[in-house]
Amino acid sequence: MEIFVISLLNGLVYGMLLFMLASGLTLIFSMMDVLNFAHASIYMLGAYFAYQISAFAGFWPALILAPLLCGAIGAAIEVWGLRRVHHNGHIAELLFTFGLVFIIGRGVQMTWGMLPMAYRVPPSLDFPLFTLYGANFPAYRAFMLFISASMLLSTWLLLKKTRIGLIIQAALTHPQMVSSLGHNVPMVFTTVFAGGCVLAGLAGVIGGNYQTTEPGMAEAMGPIVFVVVVFGGLGSLAGCFVASILMGMIQTFAVVIDQSCLDLLRPLGITTVPDNLLGEVLSVPVARIGALLPFMMMVLILLVRPRGLMGTRDT
Amino acid sequence: MTKKLKGLLAACALAIAAICAQPALAGDTIKFAYVDPLSGPFASSGDEYLKVYQTLFARMNAEGGIMGKQIELVPFDDKLQPAEALIALKSITDQNIPFVMHCVGSNVGAAMIDGVSKHNARNPDNRILYLNCGALATELTNEQCDFWHFRFTGSVDMRTASLVRSLPKDLKTVYLLNQDYLFGQSVRTGMKKWLAQLRPDIQIVADELMPFGKVQDFAPYVEKIKASGAQSVMTGNYNRDLNLLVKAAVDAGLTARFDTILAHQVGAARSIGAAGEGRLTSIIEFSANVPPDMFKGPEADAAEKFATDWSKAHESEFSEINYWTMMKMVKAAVEKNNSTDALKVALALEDMQMKDMVGQENIMRKTDHQLLMPYYAAVFTKNAKHDTENTGLGWKTISESTAQDLALPTVCQMKRPKS
Repeated sequence: MEIFVISLLNGLVYGMLLFMLASGLTLIFSMMDVLNFAHASIYMLGAYFAYQISAFAGFWPALILAPLLCGAIGAAIEVWGLRRVHHNGHIAELLFTFGLVFIIGRGVQMTWGMLPMAYRVPPSLDFPLFTLYGANFPAYRAFMLFISASMLLSTWLLLKKTRIGLIIQAALTHPQMVSSLGHNVPMVFTTVFAGGCVLAGLAGVIGGNYQTTEPGMAEAMGPIVFVVVVFGGLGSLAGCFVASILMGMIQTFAVVIDQSCLDLLRPLGITTVPDNLLGEVLSVPVARIGALLPFMMMVLILLVRPRGLMGTRDT
Repeated sequence: MTKKLKGLLAACALAIAAICAQPALAGDTIKFAYVDPLSGPFASSGDEYLKVYQTLFARMNAEGGIMGKQIELVPFDDKLQPAEALIALKSITDQNIPFVMHCVGSNVGAAMIDGVSKHNARNPDNRILYLNCGALATELTNEQCDFWHFRFTGSVDMRTASLVRSLPKDLKTVYLLNQDYLFGQSVRTGMKKWLAQLRPDIQIVADELMPFGKVQDFAPYVEKIKASGAQSVMTGNYNRDLNLLVKAAVDAGLTARFDTILAHQVGAARSIGAAGEGRLTSIIEFSANVPPDMFKGPEADAAEKFATDWSKAHESEFSEINYWTMMKMVKAAVEKNNSTDALKVALALEDMQMKDMVGQENIMRKTDHQLLMPYYAAVFTKNAKHDTENTGLGWKTISESTAQDLALPTVCQMKRPKS
């Protein structure tokens, strides 16, 4: 029971971190039809900026400034990069963001070196918030939950309840019409791209010290974020939310399950397996393959429901 | 504008001249190729070892080089890919470089052993020696041992043996957590073997494999460890898989020890920080604290000074004492024959004895070409004399396993060349 409750909390925290990263990606995709490969690189930049700023001014200014810096970089990428390659079609845009991954990765290595940074949780948040069945729940985890939940709420309010959100949504489906009505559609695109980068930067700020800030962090987070976005349905914020929480829970709970497929078959009277590949697959404990489950689920959903959980168009 | 252009042209010309001039200068040197990941996610290790070699090469050159000739380091990037390493090997043999050094990744090491062996069989007049400084899998000097391969670092077997030897007497329950690939499985086998042989009183409460480099959140693992009630987590994890584990453990208030074999690798101290205080141990070749903790005399003082000078210049810990032993052994072998011929050098290296930086005797065992060298158990604490990576905490030496202690049995059946 205690493992269940604690895993539930852990899964929620991890899922919300995933959501912060994935929401920016899915927002950009739904607006601009660009799958931004460099999204996890922006996340990494957010963490490094936060480390640098917090070394001079402390964590709280970093929490505000680092995402804004990431947003500025995002805007620059959109205005001087993506917009220019846009007429050459989607492949060109994809390759462009793919190239950015390498440039940002190398840039980070050249600026900060290859070793992990000593970016730590601020002392004011570095205490156990409460103790549950003898296990501490760190205050910083609660803080992460708070930040991601408030971000989710404000994004939703912005998109659904404000005039800006109205224009963004209209530009999503009818860009020509919105343009004819006198709105600056390229400006809207830049805003959305920058906004997505702000979210990624924010995720970097709070994820960088929760995990480690190092040049490999983009590569570590990149794949799983894509899985979340594809699974939830490209371009659907709600689907992205559900998928993030689901992936967080699955990965957390999988670790706790020491049973294998074989244990499921046991009530049917099957207790031994042949000593071959099939037997190997059946008897491997779920905990050992937990981290691969999201990828298996992505393959499954692409086969069964290509548009994802709540997507509106096929992948 | 034209002035600028002229300046640019002049600069280019100078740069080209500088590049062209280099081989001419390097005409009469003894070359050592160095193959390791210098880009990609594992570049931090390759980059660190490259710096170590640059320093050690400069030191040896200052002491007169080998046979009176200067030695030269020629780095190649293998991106931790066996295929890339073999391409580099081709280029190395084309340039007639007599030695190839490689330190990261047992999978690459296995490919190198095979590649070097085949090359030497096909080109008896242009042979090359593989000096292994860090591919750890025990198999490389057991089932896969080869005459042209010399391992100048402790195998997983040796490291896990010294880890088990260093465990405190009152430790009764351990949790094994390792990465699910060749290296992690090798560590797991070693740990279980040595626990059964040396510490039958210790109970293994869990024996778990986790995906290599895929886990982003270690909190669920920490929960499991906590539920198991183990006093110590024994792990071969390194890099991110170790750093995140220890951080998550501290966050959740887990009080278990972490007994590891690779926590002293570059970058770990800085990313774990105070979370590891007094509870994180590692099996090390050397650190700035080994001489003051374990030895006395001018040799120890000189080694300590070398290590502290290194940390001042590089913000990392110098632990690669075996690289220097290796270079001294190769120097002795080359000078004995007055030749860099691979066969002659290999024969001279066999059963060679050499004192390391702190004066301990190392032996290159003839049967499997494994260097028998001492290992030290160290704990990460603020009570250490020298700190590491500017963290305020350092590796304090707690015990030693001597070269004799680690002369473990081997199953190697080496094919020896006839000429």
